[in-house]
Amino acid sequence: MATIVQFDNVGLRYGTGSETLIDLSFSLVKGHFYFLTGSSGAGKTSLLKLLYLAQRPSRGLIRLFGEDMVTMARDKLPAYRRRIGVVFQDFRLVPHLSAFDNVALPLRVAGFADKDVERPVTEMLRWVGLADRSSARPATLSGGEQQRVAIARAVIGRPDILLADEPTGNVDPEMAARLLYLFDSLNQLGTTVVVATHDMHLLTQIKGAQLMRLEQGRLNDPTGALRYPPKREGLE
Amino acid sequence: MIGEFFSSSPADRRLLPEGRFAGPMPWVIAIMMFLTILATASGLAVSSAARGMNADLAGKLTVQLIEPNPVTREAQTRAIIAELGKLSAVRAVTLVPPADMQALLDPWLGTDGLDPDLPLPAMIDVELAKTAPQDILSVSQAVTAASPRARVNENVKWLSPLSGLFDALTWLSVMLVVLMAGATIATVVLAARASLNTHRETIDVMHMLGATDVQVARLFQRRIALDALLGGGIGLLAALIVMLALSGRFAALGDGLAGSGQMLWWHWLLIVALPALGAVIATLAARITVVNALRKLL
Repeated sequence: MATIVQFDNVGLRYGTGSETLIDLSFSLVKGHFYFLTGSSGAGKTSLLKLLYLAQRPSRGLIRLFGEDMVTMARDKLPAYRRRIGVVFQDFRLVPHLSAFDNVALPLRVAGFADKDVERPVTEMLRWVGLADRSSARPATLSGGEQQRVAIARAVIGRPDILLADEPTGNVDPEMAARLLYLFDSLNQLGTTVVVATHDMHLLTQIKGAQLMRLEQGRLNDPTGALRYPPKREGLE
Repeated sequence: MIGEFFSSSPADRRLLPEGRFAGPMPWVIAIMMFLTILATASGLAVSSAARGMNADLAGKLTVQLIEPNPVTREAQTRAIIAELGKLSAVRAVTLVPPADMQALLDPWLGTDGLDPDLPLPAMIDVELAKTAPQDILSVSQAVTAASPRARVNENVKWLSPLSGLFDALTWLSVMLVVLMAGATIATVVLAARASLNTHRETIDVMHMLGATDVQVARLFQRRIALDALLGGGIGLLAALIVMLALSGRFAALGDGLAGSGQMLWWHWLLIVALPALGAVIATLAARITVVNALRKLL
């Protein structure tokens, strides 16, 4: 089983405050599905920030795709960010772009020509049920529609890792099921998925999904399934 | 190369909405360019006048003989011309004709003709093959030998205060152009920073999606280059109108000193190229500003 993410004794502190994330040591396996849970303020969003390379840790080692991200030169990070899809809790859609252009953005950033963008974006919008809203701007979309555009943007580039922060927070149960099905389909195709959620109902929806529970900045991993370095039999 | 420098696809352009003349920057650049072009044109014209004046006066001397007795004056004048004619350093010796003397004195004595009893000095124009101190010395010695009352005036020295003024004006123009360029760069830097703040949300999203600093900077470069080109074009147009209006006034002054500051073909070429040069400087300033600002992000 190939490891795609490794955290070793990672801590994160904002400014001079106390540590938001404390002694995180875990590994994520390529192609697995993870749910990240925890109460508000437990550090879920901070952990996701470390995972989508928006933040460097205050201490510890982070390896993504086998590379050390803590010491990696800044100009090399964009190439790795393109392998990570992110669904932000607040969607972060570009307000003056249409739904189509928002979804197309990762492909255009990756250098795809306009002619190669048209078809996959149209298909993706159809998949999330927004084919008829492709030219609508975010302000004219409902919260649920905006969330679907954000999800479409996150998955359009077939990322190696998909990170989603409360992706079903603003959608009805039917759409939530469809989105989870989309995540599951991507997962089946080899994408590692990490979904941060409060919704305990979701946890039962994906077969084989593993649970990462954060409590006051620490990872609660009673089974040791996420442990890094892996627990060696016979030593304990 | 240019494609790499400027983002040009319609989709890229949609990322930063471009309202032509929506902000103050094109107008500020238009004013800057207007003043820069006028300062440049003034500097070039003054420099051209100074060069023309120096070329006209270089190697030219005037011998002045003040002798009240007309017979003696004429004899000594002939002697001076004969002595100067023997010098190899002298290319030409010309006695200033009475008509030219009359023209010189017209403003003070009127045009009714000179009083025959008025003792006028004799003036001899001397042109040297080259301007060397020893040649000027040999001319002085020859003139003094022929007539101790004669004086030699070096025309360049006589007009050196004016030449110095021209040089100072030329340097003043250069300084104004440099200051104007600095102010334009400062304007672009402020505009780029303001634009970065306005579009912070879009930039953050692009950054998270894996856009490089250069990709983001290209969006701003294109926008600022267009603003600078449009502003520069307006500034150029306004400056050309002013210059054409002034050129008519200068032409009315005739071929004298004021009319000698002519614009050469390459002066016009430089002036027309200034807006493009301004756009390139603005683009580079925008790129450096944006890339430096983005470096603060991870």
